[in-house]
Amino acid sequence: MNGHDKIANRFGYSDALLDLIAEDNNVIVLDADLAKSTTTSRIKDKFHNNFIDVGIAEQNLVGIAAGLALNGHIPFASTYAAFIAGRAFDQIRTTVCYSNLNVKLAGMHTGITVGADGPTHQMLEDIALMRVLPNMVILNPCDANEAYNATLAAYKHKGPVYIRFVREATPVLTSREDEFIIGKAKVVRQGKDITVVTSGQILAIVLDSAGMLEKEGYDIEVINVHTIKPLDVKCLSESVKKTGKLLIVDEHQIHGGLGTAVFEALTLENVHYKAGIIAVNDTFLTSGPHDELLEKYGFSVEAISEKVKSFFLYHTL
Amino acid sequence: MNDLKQIAKTIRRDIIEMIYAAGSGHPGGSLSLADIFAVLYFGQMRHDPKDPAMPDRDRLILSKGHAAPVLYSALARSGYFDPEYLKTLRKTDSFLEGHPAMKTHGVEVGTGSLGQGLSVGCGLALSFKKRKTLQKVFVILGDGELQEGQNWEAFMFAGHNRLNNLIAVIDLNDLQIDGKVTEVNSIEPVADKIRAFNWNFMVIDGHDIPQIKTAFEKAAASDKPFAVIAKTVKGKGVSFMENRAEWHGKALNKEDYEKAMAELL
Ligand SMILES: Cc1ncc(C[n+]2csc(CCOP(=O)(O)OP(=O)(O)O)c2C)c(N)n1
Repeated sequence: MNGHDKIANRFGYSDALLDLIAEDNNVIVLDADLAKSTTTSRIKDKFHNNFIDVGIAEQNLVGIAAGLALNGHIPFASTYAAFIAGRAFDQIRTTVCYSNLNVKLAGMHTGITVGADGPTHQMLEDIALMRVLPNMVILNPCDANEAYNATLAAYKHKGPVYIRFVREATPVLTSREDEFIIGKAKVVRQGKDITVVTSGQILAIVLDSAGMLEKEGYDIEVINVHTIKPLDVKCLSESVKKTGKLLIVDEHQIHGGLGTAVFEALTLENVHYKAGIIAVNDTFLTSGPHDELLEKYGFSVEAISEKVKSFFLYHTL
Repeated sequence: MNDLKQIAKTIRRDIIEMIYAAGSGHPGGSLSLADIFAVLYFGQMRHDPKDPAMPDRDRLILSKGHAAPVLYSALARSGYFDPEYLKTLRKTDSFLEGHPAMKTHGVEVGTGSLGQGLSVGCGLALSFKKRKTLQKVFVILGDGELQEGQNWEAFMFAGHNRLNNLIAVIDLNDLQIDGKVTEVNSIEPVADKIRAFNWNFMVIDGHDIPQIKTAFEKAAASDKPFAVIAKTVKGKGVSFMENRAEWHGKALNKEDYEKAMAELL
């Protein structure tokens, strides 16, 4: 993605929060001792009264957010995804979702690119955990601008929202002026040979791969599922009806992630297609530099291109 | 004694070397534990580096898993593996993960999500009691980590069950990531809290080797679970890291590295 600026999408989160608080004093940002990493220290610096650091206590974090929401505040509880979706799962399920409280959860440092901190911190199960909860909305923005828009959309939505972010700087692919509607996927590249579905930071790699494949004569459709729940089934099934081939690229465990969500949904639509998936194959990964790990686990332009080509081995274009 | 001081210094040098080579990692909270780990792995604990699975060994759980470098150095220097491997910390496919993992000889349980180790320690201690063995469990906790409620569930359980084979070491350096523990969300008065959960305890200078030894001797004779409340300095031994929150999880550049190593001669 040469020519694009790179920025970590978590900065889109705090940019949006700064704008929201300037307009609405009901917005309260909470953190659990990771304010620099989550970027909420920017809110602490500018709007001290709209910021609370609860310390290393994620279950309490979610409970406090729930209490704030019960009285009309709009809490954004922020910490690493491993510890909010994982550690506080029961609080999210039984306090927040069951009572359908207006709590926003920011899961930071998801996925492989936490890199050297290793498997304890590489959260690859959060989509699975959050997806099964009634009332929950899941957003997985692909870049800093989409993260900005996703945060504004979460604010406007009434009810629980879980937004995923990543640590590393990634190419800026979208603009803040782009429309962002919860539940409406985006066809970011039109094609007729195969549908590639992805979301989050992997979109940039998928687009590079599609560009490369175009030179070899493949016409790839790429869909950015920025909302994992509720899923835009209509958009997905229309595309797959057209191409007959579906590749999902999901930086998450293979069980319960975007792939599971899409395959489940399409099972109920009357579509027939050849399917493939690139995801983490039911294993914990290893520590390492983030770019090396992406390569190693199949999230590279080359690996995605190879996988796409494998769909056509016994066909002529 | 001088020996242990020297070992602690070697551990500190390893910590700096490893994190410099890795390009990431947690120097502050590793350095604050170097003296305690020297005492534990070189005399206090019953263990056999050549037989990491020795059934009647004492167990150590590094609940504050981000301090993995101090553990890896103590393991390597006491003979679990060649110290040459320390430089592979955090590298792809190394057995030295960013946070302790079972693939390293001498690691008893994977940690890295704070606040879970003391409960595991309770379970092990209970298991030793049931089997009537004389093994001990040491659990190393951060003071910020004590903000996690699970610790207090574990303190309560251990006190209630008189697990006097369980020893908690609290690395009381008054820093976490976002600042001073006493300012972010204070755990004080921590000794009173622990006493109230039916534990014995001793407050020591966590860099004073005779005091560390005395604390473990007292722990061994205790009729209740025992907390070593070790007042420490985060970043201890490297002047520009001492008491500085920003050195919690920051890698060293070449200049930092050279300065640090020069101070640790
Ligand atoms: C459950 C959980 N929440 C948050 C983190 C991120 N984290 C890693 S270290 C740390 C601060 C730990 O402070 P303390 O226990 O005082 O350790 P020390 O300062 O001695 O390094 C935090 C918040 C984590 N690893 N696990």
